[in-house]
Amino acid sequence: MAITMTPAASQHVTKYLESRGHGYGIRLGVRTSGCSGMAYVLEFVDDVADEDEVFDTEGVRIVIDPKSLLYLDGTELDFVKEGLNEGFKFNNPNVKNECGCGESFNI
Amino acid sequence: MALLQIAEPGQSPEPHQRKLAVGIDLGTTNSLVATVRSGEAATLPDECGSHLLPSVVRYTDAGVIVGQAALAQAAVDPFNTIVSVKRLMGRGISDLKGLQGEAVYRFADTDGGMPYLQTVAGDKSPVEISAEILKTLRARALATLDGELEGAVITVPAYFDDAQRQATKDAAQLAGIKVLRLLNEPTAAAVAYGLDEGAEGVIAVYDLGGGTFDISILRLNKGVFEVLSTGGDSALGGDDFDLALAQWFLEQLGGTEVVAGESRYLTEKARWVKEQLTSHEQVEVELVHGGNAITLEVGREQFDQLVDSLVSKTIRACRRALKDAGVSAEDVQDVVMVGGSTRVPVVRQRVEGFFARQPHIDIDPDRVVAVGAAIQADVLAGNKPDSEMLLLDVLPLSLGLETMGGLAEKVIHRNTSIPVARAQEFTTYQDGQTAMMIHVVQGERELVDDCRSLAQFVLRGIPPMAAGAAKIRVSFQVDADGLLSVSAKELSTGVESEIQVKPSYGLADDEIAEMLKASYSYAEDDMQARNLREQQVEADRLLHSLDQALDNDGEQLLTAEEIKHLREQMAILLALRNGENAGAIEQGVQVLAQASDFFAARRMDQSIKSALKGHSIDEIEGDA
Repeated sequence: MAITMTPAASQHVTKYLESRGHGYGIRLGVRTSGCSGMAYVLEFVDDVADEDEVFDTEGVRIVIDPKSLLYLDGTELDFVKEGLNEGFKFNNPNVKNECGCGESFNI
Repeated sequence: MALLQIAEPGQSPEPHQRKLAVGIDLGTTNSLVATVRSGEAATLPDECGSHLLPSVVRYTDAGVIVGQAALAQAAVDPFNTIVSVKRLMGRGISDLKGLQGEAVYRFADTDGGMPYLQTVAGDKSPVEISAEILKTLRARALATLDGELEGAVITVPAYFDDAQRQATKDAAQLAGIKVLRLLNEPTAAAVAYGLDEGAEGVIAVYDLGGGTFDISILRLNKGVFEVLSTGGDSALGGDDFDLALAQWFLEQLGGTEVVAGESRYLTEKARWVKEQLTSHEQVEVELVHGGNAITLEVGREQFDQLVDSLVSKTIRACRRALKDAGVSAEDVQDVVMVGGSTRVPVVRQRVEGFFARQPHIDIDPDRVVAVGAAIQADVLAGNKPDSEMLLLDVLPLSLGLETMGGLAEKVIHRNTSIPVARAQEFTTYQDGQTAMMIHVVQGERELVDDCRSLAQFVLRGIPPMAAGAAKIRVSFQVDADGLLSVSAKELSTGVESEIQVKPSYGLADDEIAEMLKASYSYAEDDMQARNLREQQVEADRLLHSLDQALDNDGEQLLTAEEIKHLREQMAILLALRNGENAGAIEQGVQVLAQASDFFAARRMDQSIKSALKGHSIDEIEGDA
């Protein structure tokens, strides 16, 4: 079971954590909602729960709950620019299909 | 695929439900748009990587050009290229005579009121021209943030009056932007530095832009920024630094005659030298004059000397602003630097010397206002946990409801910071009353007729009870957008009814100012009117209950003579009640109350008798 991050992603996460001033790391997760079944969660982490798994990648702590890990195993978090827009992208090998915008997906 | 941003813990948005909000600094010289992404507020660049959008609009036959491309044509096509339109916002034609530099535009003949500028695309109002700038920023935001905009916080100078604020709101509406809030520029700068998280203190915001200088003294109290004083010079800025240096160039070149286009060339060179001198002690500049190239050495000391009188002017304005605010330089806890010209080292030194403290300079002074607006927009759009809610706005006028006699009972007083919730208990006026009209009003006056009516609704299903026995709790709630919801609940049965109103949108800003003024000038009248109404309500209550009592028990308990006497007394009070003399009514009420005392006593006796009839003493004592 593993989650990874591209250098671009870790660089931005580090920067955002610094500007926020506090925080343990970032949380990746999934929850059921959205137009195509599931939606990604991407949040700062202040408190780690007992059951959470923590991955150290590129110097950033990724926190993930065991249930989400089933859906996200093998995912690589990337940071991309598309025109003027920029942001994080989940490269998730488990996804079968996603809605047009990619904000929600199916396994 | 949509790109994601990092949310605060537990704040991940639903898909397609991300609340995109931006902060816009609509400046005289340049405008910017900023937003919060992954918890970080930053200004958004255009395709060329440029964050500043020159606030210049050029009208052509082929369409509208905004920004750098328009600015480049300002000298060639002056009548169709509008610069510094912010100076015209909310002004009448008569106000413009006092503004300098506006003579270049051709104003259309109108009946007064708003000035219109003649361009090839027709007559344009300052609101329409500003809207073009806002549309360009909106397009940049949309291209950057895929998704719809929830709204924007737009900054305005602290000294902007209601008409200028309203004009800014109108421009935003025209550009298709929902205004979450207008925020004072100095407040935005303070927010960008997180100064709103402090408990309280006095903050000075020194804003030296290209063509304007503003100094604002703010007081922070429990998260609310109050503007204590503002000052400045609407015709002093970095451009004047350039002019002073260009003038010096000319002297060094020994030329007194300025060839067409040369002054522009020299000021551009001067600007370059000024910018170089922010990071270098000494700079060499090559000037071409009269066919010869001459190299000049300019030291920082030389430059400082040239602009010294200009900087001194700003310091004098700071001193005046402090005096107006009634505080001294030592009272100032934080000094915030805004505007590109605060990069000039001598400006920083002089400001630091005057306030005797290190000013905040970490955030790019060109962007700091937009950054603060973006932080505020993010909070207002609901992207932050409630605990971090900023309280920055206050209610402009009191909110209340109508009580008996057409009196306005204030539930939330003006200048209360929002969001806020307040509740008050009311009761019924008549026996067996089963419904209650809730009439929501806004204003400072004592009578409902003089306040602004916002909404009415009826609470039904109150169980029949004696007058004054029902307990009706009316709650007022105003959210951060100024949206008011009022609910009424009868406490014994729990029946409930509610309504939503938008007080700030129902009232134009100048109406608010007008109503406020009226409440002061009519304060005396209002007090008397309130007193009169209160006495009238009291008289009505007595007359009504006596009338009912006479109908029910009069013939049984009173002689014809007594009834006649009471009716006469009631007629006297009724006549007084319909008059204007509150004191006379009060007396009349007392007289009638005394005159009817014996009747009340007999009724009391009788009701005790009827209650006791058929019961033994033991029974009653047992109950007790």
